[in-house]
Amino acid sequence: MKHTPGWGLLKGLFETARNFVGSYYQPGRLTTIEYPDERLPVQENFRNFPMLIYDGADPERGLRCVGCKICEKECPPQCIYIVLERDRSGKVQKRPRLFDIDVSVCMSCQICVEVCPFDAIKMNTEYELSTGDRFGALLLRKAELAKPNEYYRRLHPTEAAEVDARLAAAAQAKAAAQAKEQAKLTAKPAKPAWSTQP
Amino acid sequence: MRAQAGDLEMRGAFAAEPHGGGGRSAGSDAGWGAGAGHEWVRPAEPVGRLEGEWLEVAMGPHHPSTHGVFRMNVALEGERIRKLKPVFGYLHRNHEKIAEGTTYLGSMPYTDRLDYFCSLTNNWAYALAVETLAGLGVPERAEYLRVITGELTRLLNHACLVGFLLHDMGTMGTPLMYAFREREKILDLFEALTGARMMCNYLRFGGCRVDVPAGWLAGAQRVVDEFPRFLDEFENLLTTNEIVLARSQGVGVLSGALAVNAGITGPMLRASGVNYDLRKVDRYGIYDRFNFRVPLGEHGDVYDRYMVRILEMRESVKILAQALKDLPPGPILDPKSKLRGFRPRAGEAYGRIEAPKGELGFYLISDGSVRPYRYRVRPPSLINLTVLEELCLGHTVADAVIVLGSVDIVLGEVDR
Amino acid sequence: MMETLDQLFVLLKRWVVGEFPAAWRLWLSPLIDAGAIIGVFAGLFAVTTLLERKGLGRLQNRMGPNRVGPFGVLQPLADGLKMLTKEDIVPRAADRVVHFLAPIAMVTPILLAYAVLPFGRNLVAVDFDAGLLFFFAVGAGTELAVFMAGWSSRNKYSLLGAMRGIAQMISYEVPLVLSAVAVVLVAGSLSLPSIVDSQAGYHWGWLARWHVFTPWGLAGFILFLIAATAESNRSPFDLPEGESEIIAGHLIEYSGFKYALFFLGEYLGLFAVSALGITLFLGGWQAPVPFLAWVPSYLWFGAKLLGCIALFIWLRGTMPRLRTDQLMNFAWKFMLPLVLVNLVVAALWHGTAAWGFFGAGATRWLLGGAVLWLTYSALSHALFTAPGRGPRTYRYAD
Repeated sequence: MKHTPGWGLLKGLFETARNFVGSYYQPGRLTTIEYPDERLPVQENFRNFPMLIYDGADPERGLRCVGCKICEKECPPQCIYIVLERDRSGKVQKRPRLFDIDVSVCMSCQICVEVCPFDAIKMNTEYELSTGDRFGALLLRKAELAKPNEYYRRLHPTEAAEVDARLAAAAQAKAAAQAKEQAKLTAKPAKPAWSTQP
Repeated sequence: MRAQAGDLEMRGAFAAEPHGGGGRSAGSDAGWGAGAGHEWVRPAEPVGRLEGEWLEVAMGPHHPSTHGVFRMNVALEGERIRKLKPVFGYLHRNHEKIAEGTTYLGSMPYTDRLDYFCSLTNNWAYALAVETLAGLGVPERAEYLRVITGELTRLLNHACLVGFLLHDMGTMGTPLMYAFREREKILDLFEALTGARMMCNYLRFGGCRVDVPAGWLAGAQRVVDEFPRFLDEFENLLTTNEIVLARSQGVGVLSGALAVNAGITGPMLRASGVNYDLRKVDRYGIYDRFNFRVPLGEHGDVYDRYMVRILEMRESVKILAQALKDLPPGPILDPKSKLRGFRPRAGEAYGRIEAPKGELGFYLISDGSVRPYRYRVRPPSLINLTVLEELCLGHTVADAVIVLGSVDIVLGEVDR
Repeated sequence: MMETLDQLFVLLKRWVVGEFPAAWRLWLSPLIDAGAIIGVFAGLFAVTTLLERKGLGRLQNRMGPNRVGPFGVLQPLADGLKMLTKEDIVPRAADRVVHFLAPIAMVTPILLAYAVLPFGRNLVAVDFDAGLLFFFAVGAGTELAVFMAGWSSRNKYSLLGAMRGIAQMISYEVPLVLSAVAVVLVAGSLSLPSIVDSQAGYHWGWLARWHVFTPWGLAGFILFLIAATAESNRSPFDLPEGESEIIAGHLIEYSGFKYALFFLGEYLGLFAVSALGITLFLGGWQAPVPFLAWVPSYLWFGAKLLGCIALFIWLRGTMPRLRTDQLMNFAWKFMLPLVLVNLVVAALWHGTAAWGFFGAGATRWLLGGAVLWLTYSALSHALFTAPGRGPRTYRYAD
């Protein structure tokens, strides 16, 4: 068709009119979510900031983290800070005394999750974290980071099922090995788990 | 009235530059290049009449149309641009040096932040460079996922670019809002797949991080099926719009020869009529399996750049349809790849892909340690920006804005 | 009864004025008029800002404001409060006096222009013999305000904006006035109420005798609309503001109440020029069809005004902005010849009014329309088509 001057403008006007009308009844056009009143469901794969997983009821005892500091080392923006627990004699324990994540630095890259050999650190999906206190409230301590495994299962069911199965299999294998060792009656102490390379 | 035209020129807009350009500029080059060590000033065009006084305006760094923190120091005669000097670096974040201090994997999330519209293609270019360096293979399914996410990225980048371009032309954001509406749908897909909308951090050396969740492919198929309708709407709204035609045709003409000499890549190069698409030239990944064409412009003006992007989106839709149809089952990560203690052998590698904005390349030198010895990005935005003055001279301020828009820059990538 | 309702405001004013001693009446009457005009149109301004934001939002598939009050209806109030409580900043280098006077110089002439507009039957503040002339004369004052604002701000973008503004508004004054002259030619009067009266009645009992239904009227109305858009600095002619180019042009250094005044002035200008368009071409306060003539005249006028405003919002949501030189070319090379031809067509139309043979109306229509269409296509092809311009086809490489 030969181009008639003025026709293009009219076509544009028609298009915007169609969008105007369409925005009232076509859900594909008006995609606005009125945020505080309505929220989109959180996607299963969504990630925001890390959290620490604990088994059982006690966040202190059940914490899966053994303080191996791999995540601290691998974290690209270096936002994780770990201090290990020591007993009275000063011997290093296999659990963190301090585990801080500075979420004002964290860039939610999930690398800590990927490198953790113990499935101890996972991504939380909580996203409404704004606060007026930028110094205190943005440094998440161990107590705030610790979340029960059930919580993790609720957030990422697929991933958690996989992790649980893997952990159960490992525990089973470990129990079997221990039973074997017991049977052999060798008194060799178990190698610390965190020194194994994956 | 106290104010005089001459006084209105703000002193020192150029004074900070090493060229000794003073505050005031008369019609001659004296104020611009005096004492300059090098010649960045080109002589003014002969205009065949008395030149009036020039007005220096610093457009930016916070100007609504500079797409971030970018400054154009322009000298205006009336509204004609007589000189233009791009100033950037406001968003410099030391990307390359940080990468030399962190592990190979640790740089992956930082590449998301280069061109923050297209994190997945950034990931891809970097992964490609590291894979070349370490000799890793990529499983079939992962290659397909890379193509799917990469082409979706191209769709969203081009859609938004065209929206921004038209916004710069003064459409009150209508096309931009339509583009963002479509972009939301693609970002939802990204979120479902990678966990983040923009900073995806999805690719790993030798594959991808996670497999697609249930229902994702159907969702992607739906988006791909609906996208041509959006493009038709968009074209109805703008492609034959007389004002768009008048504004964009014959403005910011980039000749093919200059484009090649300046190292321009991407849609901007193809709009100048040079047939160079890395997807066809390098056939990296599995692009040789797909049937698609490369649209070429003829005039190299803003309109051609706009149209080439629209047509490229149509081709991307074709690629996506084929990739979604052929996606094979299988693993998504090369078993040889490892996350911790990843030490590629000493050597160097350059990985490049056809990012939405042009040739995005990562050059890496490994000394065999966990960190790259040298890490260098070839950012298409920066290199495409180098011809800005050529494109803008003789045009008006209004044109400079749309020429800048048509170059398609993201300051995160320009300044790195 | 309907007659009373139609004349409600006229009677109300007459009654109020009648309550006061005779010596006051001379002064009171214009005061009441001025108060009513300011009140009504400032209110309309508030409604329009909301309508515009909602309408643009919907055009762009957004919601528009909906947080303040039910459906966001109190948004203008919130906007107003925000504007009034904002700090009023004057740049140190600015010319303070001129900077202060510019917003006032923007609003005052536009309010003056409202004096001659008939908003309904007998509802006109001053029935002025040369009302149209007066309208254009005071309307031109806003150009000065734009320039004052741009110059006194001592900002380069402001200066560019003022430069653009003054060039644009003066250029478009010409087609604006000339398209109105066609109406004057046919109606034979410069008084706006009598122009409205000249459009009274219906052809064949149903088609209103509005000027817009004649070939020269239709063309004139479209040309008038284009020129009016340019005069009121609305998109696609919002170059003086040019948000994406020169940020806000002449308004860049204004904040708070002064900015609000500019904003008010801009919208009042839009209403005024729309009202003039309605008066000249759309039959003013006349009903479009005879069986609806019982609806009060001011309601018809209001409905037409809202229609015009909606059209302007729609245009704003769709059109990109022109460039300065294209704008000038468009005004002087395209609109001016077309307006002049339109004037000739109007003269012919007026001259052939006595034709009485069967189908005379249709013949006149076709003749006038053909002349205008030919001029339009010839002009547009001569001006806007060039090799390499227009829609293109693209080649592909495999």
